[in-house]
Amino acid sequence: MKHVGLLACISALVLCAGGAAAQVSDDVVKIGVLNDQSGVYSDLSGLGSLEAAKMAVEDFGGTVLGKPIEILTADHQNKADIASNIANKWIDVDKVDLITDVPGSSAALALQEIMRQKHRLLIVSTGATSDFTGKACSPYGLHWTYDTYALAHGTGKTLVEQGGDTWFFLTADYAFGHALQRDTTAFIEAGGGKVLGSVLHPFPNQDFSSFLLQAQASGAKIIGLANAGGDTINAIKQAAEFGIVEAGQNLAGLLIFISDIHSLGLQVAQGVVLTTGFYWDMDEETRAWSKRFFERRGAMATMAQAGVYSSTLHYLKAVEAAGTDEALAVAAKMRELPIEDFFAKHGTLREDGRMVHDMFLAQVKTPAESKYDWDYYKILATIPADEAFRPLSESECPTVKK
Amino acid sequence: MTEFLGIPTQALFGQLLLGLINGAFYATLSLGLALIFGMLNIVNFTHGAQYMMGAFVAWMLLNYLGISYWWALLLAPIAVALSGAVIERLLLRHLYHLDHLYGFLLLFGVSLIVEGAFRHAYGVSGQPYNIPEMLQGGTNLGFMFLPNYRAWVIVASLIICFGTWFLIERTKLGSYLRAATENADLVSAFGVNVPRLVTLTYMLGAGLAAIAGVLAAPIYQVSSIMGANVIPVVFAVVVIGGLGSILGSIITGFGLGLCEGLTKVFYPEASNTVVFLVMVICLLLRPQGLFGKRG
Repeated sequence: MKHVGLLACISALVLCAGGAAAQVSDDVVKIGVLNDQSGVYSDLSGLGSLEAAKMAVEDFGGTVLGKPIEILTADHQNKADIASNIANKWIDVDKVDLITDVPGSSAALALQEIMRQKHRLLIVSTGATSDFTGKACSPYGLHWTYDTYALAHGTGKTLVEQGGDTWFFLTADYAFGHALQRDTTAFIEAGGGKVLGSVLHPFPNQDFSSFLLQAQASGAKIIGLANAGGDTINAIKQAAEFGIVEAGQNLAGLLIFISDIHSLGLQVAQGVVLTTGFYWDMDEETRAWSKRFFERRGAMATMAQAGVYSSTLHYLKAVEAAGTDEALAVAAKMRELPIEDFFAKHGTLREDGRMVHDMFLAQVKTPAESKYDWDYYKILATIPADEAFRPLSESECPTVKK
Repeated sequence: MTEFLGIPTQALFGQLLLGLINGAFYATLSLGLALIFGMLNIVNFTHGAQYMMGAFVAWMLLNYLGISYWWALLLAPIAVALSGAVIERLLLRHLYHLDHLYGFLLLFGVSLIVEGAFRHAYGVSGQPYNIPEMLQGGTNLGFMFLPNYRAWVIVASLIICFGTWFLIERTKLGSYLRAATENADLVSAFGVNVPRLVTLTYMLGAGLAAIAGVLAAPIYQVSSIMGANVIPVVFAVVVIGGLGSILGSIITGFGLGLCEGLTKVFYPEASNTVVFLVMVICLLLRPQGLFGKRG
């Protein structure tokens, strides 16, 4: 019996020693930036997100636990099947440890299942559906920048409180649009408002005139744009053409990136109220980082791109602190370490995978208010981290203990 | 208020008018494609890129040189037609004696390169191009607010469609073109420079794509992917109209615009599929297209 006890002690010691030594699979930490690099979301995510990830790796020093950090990237063309194929290849052949960014909620949800089975981390920055940390949540899936609940809470709730109590939705016909409309509808109805109708439009879509006319005919005070990127841009532009706002209805862009405003120009976009997770011109820290990004990309970072930087840097810190790149150990460290950088104010990573941080309600400036290049937003209010996202008590995530 | 299938007739008028406007676009866009196919037997896969280039040239003229929309309507098609001449003379010409597939692949490749270059330089969100001052504002028709610019699009399209049809079917140049397609050897025996006719035809097709691009610039964002977005529909229009039939393309363009417009009211989810559904039915019942000659 004595020997058995000794053996157990030795075994335990050996195991502990093994655990303490830095363990990086395949002697390299590989990060895959998977996003849209040719379609409607390529300006707001795309190569800008890749650059942000590269900046994070450079700022971290290029190595972690003495091992090199490598970045891979690919274009998933906003298609869930292509995204899945790339992810499978990346993990099986290239031994990727982390996949990040992933615009397109359908792609993000498809990857959530793959990563769950293959035990690798997935950090979504651009993908929006709140289901990602709701009913589809996974210990391997982290959601960093924003989600449809936060957008609905910020923009939807505020507009209802200001009297915009009847809505008509123009909704992109896929997981993201559906989730955004559903989450916004919940806030509208909770605030005593009413949804008069909606149109599910194909994604992507060029001509919105027919849908705008239907929205006009509904008589709703607010036309909610539950879409993103090129679709939102075209809808806002054509609404101006058809005199929708002049006739008394207001547009609510439920997901608007700074790249959209830059593309539309302030003349068309002025006055639009939106919710954002990041704006470059907030304080010294955001300006300093954004200046560096601008020098490399020739554009200011969208919240999605800034989120890729923040999450990648935090991931690398967690790998260092955990002493391994094993997914769950890193995820545990990511939850433990405080998240406070130029992007995330008061950030914490919850058990459902949702990173909660302060969100901002902003309004697009008029051409007269804008004093210099990219001076686009007035920050109307800060939505504190603990209010901005769906509370854990309402979570549909099966692993959350209530 | 009277209703039709639950939609007030007033609203339906508005939707039909919008369908007609989109149809005008499809007709104008498919013209160049039908022309090049009908005369040269080439499927011009760079058509979408040439449409996009037309819009971009208009944008560049305005932003870099301060040249107005109206001049762009003339200059952009010329610029794009010249680039078309380069493609035809340098590349396409060498593939005429080979299978169609080679020309098709070449043009597809050229279109990817051109669109990629513009995407690299300007991104995908697009550049704003304002509606020219003369056409700003709109008219209240009672059943809908019609922006003046959209009304202009219908007028311009009708002029362009009629002009092209007239040129090909009713002028001497057009008769040479048609003869050269029928029997190139015989026509050149009469002293007509057939290779030059071919280049001119390709230029004309490219120029027509560019005109459509300039017309589209104030409505959509001027962006590198605008061509890729509409080109599948335009191909469907040409197939349904009868490959190479100019009149067929014009009528089908307007017809499909209406059909799509109605789908947007009754079942919006299918609005980008309905065109292809019509194409499938058409191919099953009348493979040569509505106005095509039996091959």
